[in-house]
Amino acid sequence: MWSLENITKSVDSWLNLQFSPTIAFLIEAVIIMVLVIGLFAFLGLVLVFMERKVSSFMQIRLGPNRVGPMGIFQTAADTLKLIVKEGFTPNNVDKFLFNLAPFIVMVVAMVVLAPFAFSKGFQIWDVNVGIFFITAVSSLGVIGILTAGWSSNNKYSLLGAMRSGAQIVSYELSAGLTILVIVMLTGSLRISDIINAQADGWWIFKGHIPAIIAFVIYIIAATAETNRAPFDMAEAESELTAGFHTEYSGMKFALFFLAEYANVFIVCAIGATLFLGGWMPLHFGENNWFNSIMDYIPGIVWFFGKTFFLIFVIMWFRWTFPRLRIDQLLNLEWKYLLPISLFNLLLATVIAIAGWHF
Amino acid sequence: MFVTQYIKDVFGAIKSLGIGMRRTLWYFVRPKEIITQQYPDNKDTLVLAERFRGEVVMPHDENNEHACTGCTACELACPNGSIKIVTKFDITPEGKRKKAIDQFVYRLDMCTMCNMCVVACPSDAIIMANDFEHSVYDRTKLTKILNKPGSKVRDGIE
Repeated sequence: MWSLENITKSVDSWLNLQFSPTIAFLIEAVIIMVLVIGLFAFLGLVLVFMERKVSSFMQIRLGPNRVGPMGIFQTAADTLKLIVKEGFTPNNVDKFLFNLAPFIVMVVAMVVLAPFAFSKGFQIWDVNVGIFFITAVSSLGVIGILTAGWSSNNKYSLLGAMRSGAQIVSYELSAGLTILVIVMLTGSLRISDIINAQADGWWIFKGHIPAIIAFVIYIIAATAETNRAPFDMAEAESELTAGFHTEYSGMKFALFFLAEYANVFIVCAIGATLFLGGWMPLHFGENNWFNSIMDYIPGIVWFFGKTFFLIFVIMWFRWTFPRLRIDQLLNLEWKYLLPISLFNLLLATVIAIAGWHF
Repeated sequence: MFVTQYIKDVFGAIKSLGIGMRRTLWYFVRPKEIITQQYPDNKDTLVLAERFRGEVVMPHDENNEHACTGCTACELACPNGSIKIVTKFDITPEGKRKKAIDQFVYRLDMCTMCNMCVVACPSDAIIMANDFEHSVYDRTKLTKILNKPGSKVRDGIE
């Protein structure tokens, strides 16, 4: 059967036949780079368009509908505009950090992509601490935001960056604890192990109560980590103009914008991998007719389907809920989500030890 | 008790968020509810509400007669002086001098569409029209004379 695993294997063996292993490795690295950049460009175009359409339908509007049929080329036109715009650097900013910040944010988003399994055997780096690597690296993104806010020489930018720092440090806790629930049930940090453990049912079904609680808390924490409404304190248009990227324009602004959507994709991909089985088709039990029907849908379709479903949920949050105040935001994390996820972790430990999951 | 209150808070919050999300999803899956008017495209079929106030107009009938007696009630009612009535004296067939309007000057650029002139008018000579396409290249074009040239007040209106 056609699969991405065969394609990657055959490309790998062909390159190793033609060239020495070092050259083959370098060529593969270049191919991966092109694929990652291509994926990000695709995400930037598709997610911005999706967000605009989802928001408009939820607000009883039409949304972009002028550029191309249903406005599908709107984001391409916007990107073109951003590329030809002047990348303006204001006076009295820390020029080095100011120009570095968008790249930090972007590079972090790209590095996080390394351990993701997009389909069976279609994975850049199946490291044994995969999920730990993802959580560790994704929290570095806040350094880019703080750098941008600090170097902009602008009160609003600095306030936005500080809020973002407080927010991400807080919400990393409950995100990490909910990820631990699944790590506990699986018994491994490796992404491929986590996905293979879901071959007879996704964790959200198999792990019943603790997995569902963890899923809900993870989605809330993921929304907060990506600085999106109702947790968009870092940007808060009505209070801080645009927060940490107030002073940015042109392509540097576009990198922040792209990184935001790339991060949305990444947190949703983590959620899909941990709770909804990643590329694993919808299976119940082992070796029955239902599973074999589901196997006909390729893994990459499952992966992107689940990820885009979660992205839709996060967009749904954004266009339904009003923004929280900073004290409400921290109350929600420290008084509600953190205690609940700690209890949930305890419950998951008991269930994992006693084997009460399916 | 504290713990029961805490649990109640959590479930109450989830419930109220669910209500909000149900409402937005309701609209999301019903594109027919969209209320956006694609204005320049649907110019021919555009329907405006009766209550919409676009500008003050003075309706004239087929004999080029209006109902304005020149009482200046509208001018007095106008909060920002958008209306200026220039009166003249007509000679009636009986040889009497009768007050009538010469020019009903209406400054659209100052008007706030507050409707007070229409309310003040004792003979319903002016109404609010639906027209809203007021852009012009020259500001002086916004100073309008509402009574048509050669028009006169309808008989029987005092």
